[in-house]
Amino acid sequence: MRITKETVEHVANLARLYLSEEEKAEMTEKLNSILDYMEKLNELDTSQVQPTAHVIPIKNVFREDRIWESLPLKETLKNAPDRDENFFRVPRIIEE
Amino acid sequence: MELHKLTIHESHELLKKKEISSEELTKALFERIKNVDDKIKAYITLDEERALLKSREVDKKGDFSNPLTGIPAAIKDNICTKDLKTTCSSKILANFIPPYDATVSARLKTGDVVFLGKTNMDEFAMGSSTENSAFFATRNPWDTSRVPGGSSGGSAAAVAADECIFAIGSDTGGSIRQPAGYCGVVGMKPTYGRVSRFGLVAYASSLDQIGPITKDVTDCALVLNAIAGHDKLDSTSADIPVPDYTESLKPDVTGMKIGIPKEYMGEGIDAEIREAVLEAAKIFEKMGASFEEISLPHTEYALWAYYIIAPAEASSNLARYDGIRYGVRAKDYDDLIDLYKKTRSEGFGAEVKRRIMLGTYALSSGYYDAYYLKAQKVRTLVKRDFDEAFKKYDFILVPIAPTIAFKIGENTDDPLKMYMNDVCTIPVNMAGLPGISLPCGFSQGMPIGLQIIGKPFDEPTILRAAYAFEQATDFHKNKPGI
Repeated sequence: MRITKETVEHVANLARLYLSEEEKAEMTEKLNSILDYMEKLNELDTSQVQPTAHVIPIKNVFREDRIWESLPLKETLKNAPDRDENFFRVPRIIEE
Repeated sequence: MELHKLTIHESHELLKKKEISSEELTKALFERIKNVDDKIKAYITLDEERALLKSREVDKKGDFSNPLTGIPAAIKDNICTKDLKTTCSSKILANFIPPYDATVSARLKTGDVVFLGKTNMDEFAMGSSTENSAFFATRNPWDTSRVPGGSSGGSAAAVAADECIFAIGSDTGGSIRQPAGYCGVVGMKPTYGRVSRFGLVAYASSLDQIGPITKDVTDCALVLNAIAGHDKLDSTSADIPVPDYTESLKPDVTGMKIGIPKEYMGEGIDAEIREAVLEAAKIFEKMGASFEEISLPHTEYALWAYYIIAPAEASSNLARYDGIRYGVRAKDYDDLIDLYKKTRSEGFGAEVKRRIMLGTYALSSGYYDAYYLKAQKVRTLVKRDFDEAFKKYDFILVPIAPTIAFKIGENTDDPLKMYMNDVCTIPVNMAGLPGISLPCGFSQGMPIGLQIIGKPFDEPTILRAAYAFEQATDFHKNKPGI
């Protein structure tokens, strides 16, 4: 199974990216390279192998549920590209 | 005295004896930056005014008991610094001024380190040459027609060109060790979890680790002392005691056993580099260690698994760049989805888009088990190879890269070389191990990097080995003619 342009368009939509026709052609080729990596990996029988989610032994991490100081509102909003007082401004998403 | 040439420990001695002030040292570094940085382009942002203010404040306090106090340093531009622009060398973050410090930045500030500025990198740390920066390419101080390596190329070049006393980098698949190797300086990727990643702009979270880039091994230990340790703000940071790394700096490797994996020394590695690594092994042998060839059979698979895991984690981490809360937003858009798509398409460079696409595909519905989970299982096998080797050997010796630093714009058309380029460093990240790079020779006037890989949390052993090697050789004394 090879990856088609339609798959690339679907993935680009999931990734929230617009791609030019040229980029789509390039990405089709790149995504197909993933299948090549998988072919390599599938040479190995891993049916009895546990996946490594974390390389170093680690216990569950808990912390006390207590109130602590968070970033001031002004600081939090400082980098917003568009804001209205204490809100991030975004295009309307609910129809009138 | 040329102050910019000093190491941390040399500067510290002079500061302590009040023979120099931190202000003089800081001024000397900015003078050096003014003289050479138009050729090197290591820095993306300079912070001269605040740096001088800080140095004067440190001098006034006059307490130089901490070895890093008053020392001018450079920070890679993917590590958050409060009120100082942090762009990740990406257009999408071109205007981002963090309202907080990364834990590493905060720890260095507690030690009264003077921040000179932020260093250039491959966009979002994706690349191995610093040519992928959205702003400009950094150049290798040994030969400005060559790359400094990547993605911490700005940090490594700044250290090599004496544009800072030390620098901080980050390493996902070799991004500290490889540029350190190409620039002839010392670079260390600590064990995963040894240094907090809080405030590091995430690329591939299960692989990323912050570490020092320094002029010698002693400095590396000093910086690691300052930044290592558990952090409540990073739940993946290891809650185990931190030794004093300077205590491991003894030129003694008597009785140590070294493994040299054949998978890193074969075809695809330049003969001169292979020779330099074997020469290094013989130097260790003369000092009382022994070495033999070993095999790490899953080395090749580590690379293929990395090509699934790193983009998968990147695609997830980079979902947060949507033009809403921070960063640059596209100008004209129809609706929210259009805003996201335009912002991301204009803001991300080609390599970043490529990795987001690969990762989104690998994680998309129906493929997670077949791709990501399979790659994580292969990761277990890679780690087991190392575990087995470390039952018998104290450390592993390999090259840092198959070639010396390549020319800017020179696309390596030899696929085997490109593959080997990554295979020397990536398995170390896949297994979460510590690795240090230090100079072990020269080829065509360019430095060759030696890599020493250690057991998890056994930074003391690789620091000791690196220190012993440095004491026995003169490679680190060579400076680029810039």
